Amino acid sequence: MSDMLEIRWHGRGGQGVKTAALLLADVAFNTGKYVQGFPEYGPERMGAPVTAYNRICDEVIRDHSNIYEPDFVVVVDETLLKSVNVIKGLKPEGAILVNTDQGPEKIAAKLKGYAGKVLTIDARKISEELLGAYFPNMPMLAGVIKMSRVMDEQVFLDNMNISLKHKFASKPQMITGNMKVLERSLGEVQGL
Amino acid sequence: MIKDRLSGNEAVALAMKSMNMDVMAAFPITPSTEIPQYFSQFVADGATETIFVPVESEHSAMSACIGAQAAGARSCTATSSCGLALMNEVLSVASSLRLPITMCCVTRALTGPINIHNDHSDAMGVRDCGWIQLYAENAQEAYDNYIMAVRIAEDPKALLPVMVCQDGFITSHAVENIILLAEDEIRKFAGFYEPENYLFNSREKVAYGPYDSPVYFMEHKRQQAQAMIDSLEVINAVSQSFGDLTGRYYDLLEAYRAEDADRLLVVLGSTAGTAKQVVDELRKAGEKVGLIKIRAFRPFPVQALVQALGNAKIVAVLDKSEGMSANGGPLFADVCAALGGRGPRLVNYIYGLGGRDVRPLHIKEVFEHLKDDIEGKTPAAKTAANYRYLAVRE
Repeated sequence: MSDMLEIRWHGRGGQGVKTAALLLADVAFNTGKYVQGFPEYGPERMGAPVTAYNRICDEVIRDHSNIYEPDFVVVVDETLLKSVNVIKGLKPEGAILVNTDQGPEKIAAKLKGYAGKVLTIDARKISEELLGAYFPNMPMLAGVIKMSRVMDEQVFLDNMNISLKHKFASKPQMITGNMKVLERSLGEVQGL
Repeated sequence: MIKDRLSGNEAVALAMKSMNMDVMAAFPITPSTEIPQYFSQFVADGATETIFVPVESEHSAMSACIGAQAAGARSCTATSSCGLALMNEVLSVASSLRLPITMCCVTRALTGPINIHNDHSDAMGVRDCGWIQLYAENAQEAYDNYIMAVRIAEDPKALLPVMVCQDGFITSHAVENIILLAEDEIRKFAGFYEPENYLFNSREKVAYGPYDSPVYFMEHKRQQAQAMIDSLEVINAVSQSFGDLTGRYYDLLEAYRAEDADRLLVVLGSTAGTAKQVVDELRKAGEKVGLIKIRAFRPFPVQALVQALGNAKIVAVLDKSEGMSANGGPLFADVCAALGGRGPRLVNYIYGLGGRDVRPLHIKEVFEHLKDDIEGKTPAAKTAANYRYLAVRE
């Protein structure tokens, strides 16, 4: 299963981390892949650290354990860098994407010991400017596509448009805003 | 054939909806809550004609199912952990009344200490209640087993309630690829529920649940036990016709690369998937390993198991519940009883309690131990210990 892509998400309860992981599974499924998207449940409350996982593969996925040596890590909440060892097991040939207004060099200094690529994106700025509120999961989802190159960017956008039309059938104003967030986020990943 | 991606809970809710159940009665409990949640959405959307009965406890949920099914309706529910424990009293009522109710048990640890995560202590706690128990490896199997469960339960040779078990969170909350059937195909497969006896039959009146004195009680139990024995054949027949419809054939158990294996595992549920990957890896390195996944735990597939274990030198039975018997877990006890002292050496591992993650390296560790056992390398003190723990600090 060497072509298996494994992603670990770190965030806080209420930030839409599980939703983002499930949406990633959705779009990967739509491009013909075998997928898994699952959260690691703990005490459920707003603000508590949460972890979610994705496996994406061309073959059937049978492993039902959590992911310990991910190819990519996504940190949706920067404050977790202090309390959670987000680079644990992360492959050196992989990469980590952090939601921050600081550049990759500053974040890399906080991730002492990680030899792989450090990427950043200012998800707060993008979300607040385009949606008028802080929903970090959509910029991070676009950032994961940029980081992992798991699929063509246009294919990703086309599929997300379909997913969002389905998800926000009763709130069509959410579709255009989120699509703008995704498009802009693809161009704002730093450190590539 | 409809390709989709769903969680195990969504898949089961969809199977229930597709069969157009007459009644669903449920009370929410993690991690099964999503099933009645999705289902009540279907009801609210008018996507099904099922009557959804929101009750005030799991005891009431099962009691409502019993009442509905006895009246002549096809009924279903879903629960987990303490919810299943609270149903315990009425579970035996359902099975002894020979009411073919179906239920999804999303397995979770029984409380003490409080824990919401997966193991099999809830389902194992009711294994003697006279319900057929089918276990699923993934969302696809949970969905398929549920569709088959209705036909198995209602077959006149069985007439027993069926519990479709899937692993809490691991299967219930993970989104995976799945192949669905069209609703009309499912309805055609499930057929129309026409019980021979039912309370709303004004032409032929029957009583359900009267007192049974010692004069007949034992004969009734004997008949109920015979139904469980006969249900082995029913499960096989229904699985065969499901395979003919879908191309997905299921047996009472699945023997995976077991034929020439000298070391075998016996497992239930999602662990089978993780273990299959390990078996493939070790096979590539020339090691003769394999596994048996028990699909039907009740009725216990004695003949199929004896045949499948025949050529192994040693077998590790993995129990995701601690039977507190001081003699190993419940699956181990059944495997021992099936072999009756003949065949390969059996050892037991208690593992994965309360959500302890089951990793490929743990499965490898078991196969390593088994190799040491065969080669006589196990330290003397441990050789006699057939009752072991996996991935525990002590």
